Amino acid sequence: MLAESLALTAALFIIGVIGVLVHRNAIIIFMCVELMLTAVSLTFVAFSRFYGTAGQVFVVFAMTVSAAEAAVGLAIIIAIFRHRRTINLQDINLLKG
Amino acid sequence: MEPHYPLFYVFHFYLFGVIALASAVAFVTRKSPVAAALWLVNTMFSLAALYVMLDAQFIGVMQVLVYAGAIMVVFLFVVMLLNLGHPSELAAARSLGWRLAAGLVGLGLLSEIMIIIRAKLPEQLIVPRDFNEQQLEKLNAVGTVAAPLFKDYLLAFELTSVLLLVAIAGAVILGRGRTVRAR
Repeated sequence: MLAESLALTAALFIIGVIGVLVHRNAIIIFMCVELMLTAVSLTFVAFSRFYGTAGQVFVVFAMTVSAAEAAVGLAIIIAIFRHRRTINLQDINLLKG
Repeated sequence: MEPHYPLFYVFHFYLFGVIALASAVAFVTRKSPVAAALWLVNTMFSLAALYVMLDAQFIGVMQVLVYAGAIMVVFLFVVMLLNLGHPSELAAARSLGWRLAAGLVGLGLLSEIMIIIRAKLPEQLIVPRDFNEQQLEKLNAVGTVAAPLFKDYLLAFELTSVLLLVAIAGAVILGRGRTVRAR
């Protein structure tokens, strides 16, 4: 089951990457990042099945980081929306050279 | 190396894997943020089922509580707050050329990862076949996670609380408007 889990992780991660590249809506892009984080957690769990249970601790840390990231990121999205009235990433190009 | 699995187990493993994959594809092709969020919840649930099948029961429960419960609710809250639930031109995907480039990048990354996971794993690191069952019996599902968390990784655990505090403070400062300052 280790090989299948790793292949599933890779597929989910790539779906997340493609979503980040394809979408323009900041919230959907953010959800794609969450999908990538969760996909990597599956790797930790699958390895913890065969290499000892310490991998599960790292999933707890990854979950905490992704919760913190969601809070800060969504607050940034709200702040951007308040200033620009849009969350279309193609319109938010103030830092573009 | 890998123990033999009964057909019942293998069937359900593949079933939840296919559900997770199909929900992820449905998630990434949605235009509406609400529909995308609900498909993502479906993916999280299937992944939780896979965690339980991989002997990580506590992690599976945490997955449902934290991801499907808390994080996705926050996402839906923001969608509701900014009134973005309807699919508009704002939610439209990028142009065709951009999508093709994204597909190529994805294919390249996928082949790279597929090559990496074929690597030979060190055999001497593999724990005995009944190691997880012993751990579960000795420490039960919560203790399997909690014992290393509060012994070997105590410093990282404490630093995580600092991270959460910083995240809360940052979210409050970023999220509040100018109206608060004017008071």
